[in-house]
Formats: sequence, C-alpha cells, structure tokens
Amino acid sequence: MPDKAVNLCSLDQLADGASLGLDPFKEGRDTLFVVRQGETIRAYQNDCPHWPGSPMAWRKHEYLATDKKHIICYSHGARFDIESGLCLSGPCLGESLQALPIRISSDGTVYLLTDESAPEKSAP
Amino acid sequence: MNIIGPDALVFGVDNVSDCEQYLKDYGLTGVGNGVFEALDGTSVIVLPKADSSLPPALESGSMLRKTIYGVKDQTTLDAIREELSSDREVKVLADGSLETHDDLGFYLGFQISIRKPLSLPGESINSPGAPAQRPFNVIGADPKSNPLPRTLSHVVYFVPDVDKAEAFYVERLGFSCTDRFTELGPFLRPAGSEDHHCLFLIKTPPFLQGCEHFTFHVGGPTELMQAGTRFVEKGYESFWGPGRHIFGSNWFWYFNSPFGCHIEYDADMDILDENWSAREAHIGADTTQLFLFQAKEKWFPSGPPPQKK
Repeated sequence: MPDKAVNLCSLDQLADGASLGLDPFKEGRDTLFVVRQGETIRAYQNDCPHWPGSPMAWRKHEYLATDKKHIICYSHGARFDIESGLCLSGPCLGESLQALPIRISSDGTVYLLTDESAPEKSAP
Repeated sequence: MNIIGPDALVFGVDNVSDCEQYLKDYGLTGVGNGVFEALDGTSVIVLPKADSSLPPALESGSMLRKTIYGVKDQTTLDAIREELSSDREVKVLADGSLETHDDLGFYLGFQISIRKPLSLPGESINSPGAPAQRPFNVIGADPKSNPLPRTLSHVVYFVPDVDKAEAFYVERLGFSCTDRFTELGPFLRPAGSEDHHCLFLIKTPPFLQGCEHFTFHVGGPTELMQAGTRFVEKGYESFWGPGRHIFGSNWFWYFNSPFGCHIEYDADMDILDENWSAREAHIGADTTQLFLFQAKEKWFPSGPPPQKK
C-alpha cells in the first residue's frame, strides 16, 4: 500500500467541471491531472493509452471537452469517461486512463497516495 | 501542374475563441474574418463548425474542412479545373478560386497563390573551418527575439486508403513522392515547390481520417527552439520534440491543440529538384528522428532554482 500522501491541491482550486495539471514530483512537466465533476474527484496520469507517453491537455489545465462532460486527449481526440477513465471513443476505445489513488481530507485537501516522496527541491 | 503549396487551411471548430487565442500565441497575426496569417500571407482560417461557407465535414468529424492550394497562375487553375471536372464537381467560387474534393473526401481549394515574396535573413552560425556567417560583434542569442511563422509548410492527413490518396495527388495533380515510410505512406511534393514535402499521408483506420498536424516554417533551429519555448511558457502542451526528422531534415516541435490535430513549428527542411531519388524506410523511432529532446522548465546548474512563491 502507498505509505505517503502528497498534497496535490485544495478543492477550492478545483471548481466543478474543471481540471488541473500538476507536477508533484517536479519533473518539469505536468505528469498527472485531477478533475472534478460534481462530487466526483479523480486523478489520472497525463498519459494517453493510445500512445503511451502522449500528454493529453491542449493548454495547461485544459483536459476536458468544451462541454466539460468528458476528458479529451487533445493529441488524437480520444474521449474518456471522467468517473471511470474508460475510453468511450477514439483510437484507444475500451482502454482506460491510469487512475491514481487519492484521499480528500476533511479540510478539502486532495492528497495523492504514493510510495514516492515529493522532492523539496527540484535540482536533479 | 504548377501547384506551389498550401496557401491556407480552413477549420470548423467547437470553440472559436480558444482556437483564435491559440493561433495568436503560436505567432500568427489575426487579420479579421477568422484569418490568421504568417509573414508571407499564408494562413489558418478558423470558423464555427456550423458556418454555412464551410464545405461538408468528413464522417470522422475532423475539424479540417478544406486545404487551399496556391498555384502559379490562371493557366494552372484552368488546367486543374479541366482535369478534375472529368469525374467530380469543381465549383468556381465568387473569388475565382476552385472548390472540389480529393478521392477520399478531403475538400480542396485552388487559387492563384497569395504568397508574398519574403526577404528575410536566415539563421547564421559561426563554424570552425567555414567563413563566419555573423560579422564581428553581432550576437547570435537574443532573449528578446520574437520569431514568427514565415510560411505555411505542410499538412499531414490520416487516410484509410493511402494508395488511393497517393494516386490522386500524383496522377491527377502532379505531386511526386520524395520519400516513403513503408507502413505509413508517402511524403509528397507538388511540382511548384522545392520543399521536401507539403503533404504527408499516414495510413489509419477510417474513423481517424482527418488532419494529423500542420506546420509553419520558422527561420531556423534557434527560432524553432525559441518559438517552442515561448509556446510552452504560455502554457501549451508539448507533444513531440524538439527534435530533427531524418526524411526532410526538418527540425520539429509538435504541440497538442484544440483543432483536433497537432500543430508544429518546423525549420530547415531539405529542398529538392528533379535529380532527387525517393528513399524508403520502415517506420520506427530510429528512422523518424535524428535526435529528440523534451522541454523542461529552465534550470541552471549552480543550485536549486528559486522556490515558487
């Protein structure tokens, strides 16, 4: 079981129908994103199953369709269910985004549950 | 057929304001009516997807609605009209341009090219053993430089039948294959262009038919790196690059976009003439790029960067 909790964001930063790209391990690019649809909060790797390694947003924090009802990979247009991460249409139909375990604390902080520690400094 | 290359790409999009902001940030100049121009007047045209002036969309829903080629003169335009009228409708629009479609359903326009001649310096470098390209005391690295797209370079289509698509452009419009990836498809050059390619075809399942990417040439490798870095710093998502392709030799940097395709900066493509012999290679990481890098936030090696406030 993951034994560390890394602070990703506060629910105040994540409006309904919004997504946030994040780089908790200071890799110099957003490696995951969190998304909120009503009471549903999910975190996924920023990595489309169509071509592993493909980042998905079209601009920082922009992971959702215009109507906010699905996650879109802006690389080749795959459309994903927000709650399950399942690809509903596009080149990786039936495959899923890699969901990441999160915990939401009573004060509204979203934590990533992980074995890795977030670095204090980003020097390589 | 003296076809010079793409003058404009016409998109019908979901979110016009996002797409317009994207093109401005990419470095094109809005001149009204959804037209965003490079320095030579070649452009991307952004319209709402329901706009009545747009030709029909592909079944796949691709947002690319028309590729408008620039041709040398009216004689070329007449020849294209005569050639294609034999087996399809070729409309003459109010501005004198032609509108028709290829054999896979991509809508095409043809017009007397609007490309303005450019007279701009290229990237100059100092290389041991070669005459200096920059005079004494002229600097090569300028943080204030603001590189702009110079001209629309090429468009890449996903096609379900690559042989049929290639045959149309080669046999009906006089394009030639300059290189080929065995499993994917050909790089194509029209007769009026020196560039290695202005069209590349990629074999894909029918539901993906559409535009994979398009790109404008910038002035050189440094301009490409600087333009791409500027784009990353504005928040746009790098997809692939920076790097340098082998076929065409062009430097590349691809970004995700709200156009349903990638948008690239490219620089320093090979130019070819009739003495060129097409090569063929199997697709793979080693055959598609000489080298590949991935952007990261600027950092310097004398300690950790300042903590964000």
